[in-house]
Amino acid sequence: MSTSSAPVHAVRAPRGEGIARGRPTVGRFFRSELGMVFGRRRNLALLLVLSAVPVLIGLAIKLSSSPGAGEGPQFIDRIAGNGLFLSLTAMIVVLPLFLPLAVAVVAGDAVAGEASLGTLRYLLVVPVRRGRLLLVKYAAVLAFCLVAVLLVAAAGALTGLTLFPVGPVTLLSGSTIPLAEAMARMLMVAGYVGMSMAGLAAIGLLMSTLTEVPIGAMAATLTLSIASQVLDSIPQVAAIHPWLFSHRWLAFGDLLRQPVPTHELALGIGTQVAYVALFLALAWNRLDAKDVSC
Amino acid sequence: MTQTAPAAAPPTDAPTTPALAAHGLTKRFRGGQLAVADVDLEVPRGSVFGFLGPNGSGKTTTIRMLLGLVAPTSGSWELLGVPMPSGGAQVLRRVGALIEGPAFHPYRSGWANLRRLDDADRLADPRTTRQRIGAALERVGLAAAAAKAYRQYSLGMRQRLGIAATLLQPRELLVLDEPTNGLDPQGTREVRALIRELAREGATVFVSSHLLGEVEQVCTHAAILSAGRLVAQGRLADLGAGADPRLRVDTVEPDLAVRVLTGLGLGDAERRGDSVEATLDGVAPERACELLVHAGVPVRGLAVRRPSLEDSYVSLTGEGFDVNQ
Repeated sequence: MSTSSAPVHAVRAPRGEGIARGRPTVGRFFRSELGMVFGRRRNLALLLVLSAVPVLIGLAIKLSSSPGAGEGPQFIDRIAGNGLFLSLTAMIVVLPLFLPLAVAVVAGDAVAGEASLGTLRYLLVVPVRRGRLLLVKYAAVLAFCLVAVLLVAAAGALTGLTLFPVGPVTLLSGSTIPLAEAMARMLMVAGYVGMSMAGLAAIGLLMSTLTEVPIGAMAATLTLSIASQVLDSIPQVAAIHPWLFSHRWLAFGDLLRQPVPTHELALGIGTQVAYVALFLALAWNRLDAKDVSC
Repeated sequence: MTQTAPAAAPPTDAPTTPALAAHGLTKRFRGGQLAVADVDLEVPRGSVFGFLGPNGSGKTTTIRMLLGLVAPTSGSWELLGVPMPSGGAQVLRRVGALIEGPAFHPYRSGWANLRRLDDADRLADPRTTRQRIGAALERVGLAAAAAKAYRQYSLGMRQRLGIAATLLQPRELLVLDEPTNGLDPQGTREVRALIRELAREGATVFVSSHLLGEVEQVCTHAAILSAGRLVAQGRLADLGAGADPRLRVDTVEPDLAVRVLTGLGLGDAERRGDSVEATLDGVAPERACELLVHAGVPVRGLAVRRPSLEDSYVSLTGEGFDVNQ
């Protein structure tokens, strides 16, 4: 061990001296967490796969001759006419599986990943309060959701611009809006889709506090996402449909009408808020009582 | 290290309160297994306190409870005079901890891992982060490997990084759980030197170990845990002196010597090859020697051995390899 005499004073200092600046630094831990989430190759690969979806769809349409009206995902037959629709189609394609998968991986890993490495115990004795840890983790997962959705939208818009004509957009309600407004609407769609993942992210965080095996939390979260969508497709249980977190995932279509019908969108956001409140509370309750013995 | 600094100033707040105190600390796991039973600890300020016990005796569970990671089933405790666990957010910054081995993100460098911990500390000064991380790495001899990914570190380097993490802030109490695990003899010596140095600078060091030699060399105090119960606690000197001294007589007539010593009232006298051992039991060794010679025992050597910490440890925790629970 070095015999450098520099840090001699660093270990003494009863208190006050050198320990704190008096005022807490805000956002440092959150930035560190963002660095962990976006610095991980696995997560970057997920983002890459997501943004490859619109590119692949665009190329497929460009290279095939027949538009195939009425088949395939919504809006796909309109892409050749207006490249902006590529973003929308891509969103519809990633919503059922790719996007929830990415969210499940990042959220499921949030606490369980640290627990499995053993770094959780060292964060807690820094000390980081458990509630703060959970909020920072959750905020980072939400940031990941938003970035993922924005990437899909941006990759779709870029591919669309490159491969297809782009111009004013004819809305589902029949009226036509200029390109700039159409772009703004696309951003709103991305915002809504990102927001739609908030509930699933909170569920993933709860799963992540229940186990020390990250892959288990990820699988459980993804399973719940699929279960919700399956239930949503069974008419016999229509009574519970409005309560499913995935029920209004596709309500962003309303943003393509003039005027925008806000009822379903508001319900969609309300559902997410309720899920977030419930599952974050459960996750906090669980983490707070947890014996960190690994 | 050149000691330029004067002796550590006493802590500003009530220096008489123990650095660590536990009262009736008990942990029963959900399965009903009693891991730690009614442990009372008092670690004086400025001491180097050895926390001894065989593997599985509950040392790590106790340490996890003391640091607020595991909730005790019953009991109370204070760190640096602050009641836990409610005071944890306040007092843990003044406590450095190495708990059951180091744990870091494998694909990040040693430096980045320390940075991560400093980032998590909401009261750490970001302006001094680089300097503090650099100093901590320097102090454990990892400065040259700072940029290397943690997964490429050897076991000893990982252990050092864990110790470096405890040095990011000035600490009044260091809780080190098996700090020399995985270190080679050279590394073990260095850790011992570091512990002494930290203690000299005024920090209280609470170090758990199942290696007696390690503890005996650096500690001023010790406690011994066996099967979840504290069986001894106090100054190191007192712990060793707890048992009676033993007498050993080297002779070619061991059987005769046993008879003489037994006649003297040393009930446990027994032959071991060419020598005889017995617990002195208050009998003066010179008196025993005199009687042996009078009885015609050819005494070649006579020794009185004060029991070591190891003797107390073994007599208190059992000798075998059985895990107690």
